[in-house]
Amino acid sequence: MKFALLINTGPYQHQAADTAYQFARAALAEGHTIRRIFFYQDGVYNASRLSVPPQDDRHIVRRWSALAAEHRIELLLCSASALRRGILDKEGARVNAIDTDNLAPGFRLAGLAQLIDAGIEADRLLSFAD
Amino acid sequence: MDWKRMLHTVNKSPTESDKLETCLRFTQAGHAVLLIENAVYAALAESAMAGQWPDKSSGITVYVLTPDLAARGLLGRDLHPDIRQIDYPGFVRLVTENDVVQSW
Repeated sequence: MKFALLINTGPYQHQAADTAYQFARAALAEGHTIRRIFFYQDGVYNASRLSVPPQDDRHIVRRWSALAAEHRIELLLCSASALRRGILDKEGARVNAIDTDNLAPGFRLAGLAQLIDAGIEADRLLSFAD
Repeated sequence: MDWKRMLHTVNKSPTESDKLETCLRFTQAGHAVLLIENAVYAALAESAMAGQWPDKSSGITVYVLTPDLAARGLLGRDLHPDIRQIDYPGFVRLVTENDVVQSW
């Protein structure tokens, strides 16, 4: 079965990012497919490559990047949510004359149309939030 | 819309949110409710929810995510007898067995 996931809250503050990750791992282990994970509202904080958690803590951002690389999953961010919160791709940094981008590997800015598309294309869309 | 098989996931305890109470007003025969994150507190036999679960004839099944019980130090505590414990693979199975998932 094909799943798409929607994550609406930031890492470390709420459990949603952890629950979604554990669910994704279990689904992939059971032979299901995840094509796309969409990060919306504060969920975009899951994509900052500048995140530095303590060494004995899970690294939520890197965990997403690794999962995406391993299973060819698209990690998409709502671009309006991201720009407002200071999550920038190279183009966003250039256009706004900001000295760095901070999108972690595997993440890409997108629009809500891609969320709708994920919902249509997948057999199940699950959302994880506060 | 009238979904024959719907999985409801609830992630807040009854003391911090009325999500669970609202969810139970919408559940119909054939539906499943899965308690995750802080909602696992509701599964405790001593919870204020104890008298409010759908009875066996309702056709509604209630599950609790065991890893979230474990994360809160609740393994081994008495749970409501009709609530079934599942792990993440069980969560995945519930998603596939139901037509749609409603996250409260």
